[in-house]
Amino acid sequence: MSIALSQTSASGAVGTAAAGLADAGRDDASLRRFLHGLPGVDQVGAEARAAALATRSIKTTAKAWAIDTAIRMVDLTTLEGSDTAGKVRSLCGKAARPDPWDASVPAVAAVCVYPDLVATAVQVLRGTGVQVASVATAFPSGRAALATKLVDVAEAVAAGASEIDMVIDRGAFLSGQYAKVFDEIVAVKQACGSAHLKVILETGELVTLDSVRRASWLALLAGGDFIKTSTGKVSPAATPPVALVMLQAVRDFAARTGEVRGVKLAGGIRTTKEAVRYLVMVNEVAGQRWLDPATFRFGASSLLNDLLQQRHKLTTGAYDGPDYVSID
Amino acid sequence: MPSKPAGRTRTAQPAERVAVRKTYKLYIGGAFPRSESGRSYPVTDPAGTLLAHAAQASRKDLRDAVTAARKAFAGWSRATAYNRGQVLYRIAEMMEGRREQFIAEIVAAEGGGADAAAAQVDAAVDRWVWYAGWSDKYAQVVGGANPVAGPYFNFSLPEPSGVVGIVAPQESSLLGFVSVVAPALTTGNTVVVVASSQRPLPAVSLTEALATSDLPGGVLNLLTGSVDELAPWLASHRDVNCLDLTGVPAADRVPLAQAAADTVKRVLAPATLDLAAEPGTSRLAAFVETKTVWHPLGV
Repeated sequence: MSIALSQTSASGAVGTAAAGLADAGRDDASLRRFLHGLPGVDQVGAEARAAALATRSIKTTAKAWAIDTAIRMVDLTTLEGSDTAGKVRSLCGKAARPDPWDASVPAVAAVCVYPDLVATAVQVLRGTGVQVASVATAFPSGRAALATKLVDVAEAVAAGASEIDMVIDRGAFLSGQYAKVFDEIVAVKQACGSAHLKVILETGELVTLDSVRRASWLALLAGGDFIKTSTGKVSPAATPPVALVMLQAVRDFAARTGEVRGVKLAGGIRTTKEAVRYLVMVNEVAGQRWLDPATFRFGASSLLNDLLQQRHKLTTGAYDGPDYVSID
Repeated sequence: MPSKPAGRTRTAQPAERVAVRKTYKLYIGGAFPRSESGRSYPVTDPAGTLLAHAAQASRKDLRDAVTAARKAFAGWSRATAYNRGQVLYRIAEMMEGRREQFIAEIVAAEGGGADAAAAQVDAAVDRWVWYAGWSDKYAQVVGGANPVAGPYFNFSLPEPSGVVGIVAPQESSLLGFVSVVAPALTTGNTVVVVASSQRPLPAVSLTEALATSDLPGGVLNLLTGSVDELAPWLASHRDVNCLDLTGVPAADRVPLAQAAADTVKRVLAPATLDLAAEPGTSRLAAFVETKTVWHPLGV
């Protein structure tokens, strides 16, 4: 099987320094050789490092900055079977103006919905600067024929989605069919056109950190603009060690190719405290360059409410309650 | 030094045993944590002799306690009145079994004789029973059918307000404590209570009885420490619905009431608390919201 790396954004800017990487995607065997040649992850070390970074104390003005930065990084998400156009409209209103009482609260980065609701979101968010992201490729299981997945993507893009969150075929990845996963990502990237592609690894199903590192590199090599932890439908979702490994992958990828790709953490991040810990990790592991909505995102729904409550606490000096933020 | 047993019998000199002392901790969300701040403060008897070190709660413990109380509110407020009464009665049963312990702790905390302490414990147990009985009856007294000029059956029902922040009386360490928390719990509220600063130990022991009384975790949360430090945070906390300032001296109540006014809390600031008198229903009616329903007739 031959893999057309030339079609991917990974190849375009890859200079001589990345010649090894271009080779990596040449065929199944070289892909396997490259991914299995990646250094193994010291799981105990990764957990200890993640835990150590979580002990940083971020207070007062630094906390205020972190809260606003985190708000700007939120992909406000609703991915329920019960979603309606009305719910998406109200969510979009919240995305553009998270706090009705306080115009100084920045808008979130994007709203993330199912493909059939993209048109609704686009209509409401026109002119606000908030992006519309859509999950696609038979989300969340990814169990569909490639042609079906591509139609899914094309429809979301046609409806106006500027970001596509695809899921990889975990079954293929875990059974070692790396080229199949690679080809799928390449094909989806092509179907995306100008839309940004986020590749969901579903790390909760990848079992080991070694697999997370391989999947991260696979997605980066195939041209994913972001690598994303989870669908939010599988537990565990985003965990600190997984985030650490993925941030290392984008950092190393940038060091070898000069291309800056993003990381999106999704699922299970509900409190400001957790979000701030991840921001510390981004800064320490990947670098300050990544502390930007263009390269780091939180996929979340309830996190935004907690961020707003903590912001209220900082501005009013009194502890806030859930009565003062919208339910969804 | 433990002495060696000689044959099957121990030597006449009994082994010296190291006393196992109780750590007086907070009670938050059904667990007994120390203060997150790591602080504790000495609690003495009226003569100044050290009794124990109690946890000195911080504003973050208070925040955690309010979160726990909010989380427990849905379950406790939706429990049937009959069930709540059973649980409150169970608290009385559990206290009865620890009667001697409470008497000893009250004597140590407040001074005075064992007889007075025993009377206080008995009164506290009886108070739980009193409120347990009211649990499924106060709605008939506080609520009722209203005559209206229209084809409607119109009735009013008391519903719990939510999370009640209480500063317990400073003098009466057990009866005073029970007299302020029991009525708030009876009507289905959840409670965050700051115990008497100088005499917190009987209240801490009471939470051990609560933990074995089928009272769901988080329904009552106890903080010990400085009232001056904690009360302002309790009064300004936007997720607290009601404030009971019984344990705050009248002179210090105004700024707390002002902080509470920001979120329109119900504030109870009684001039006096007569512990000897029959409690009546005024405290039951203090922390409820009245819901009035218009039900069409003849449909």
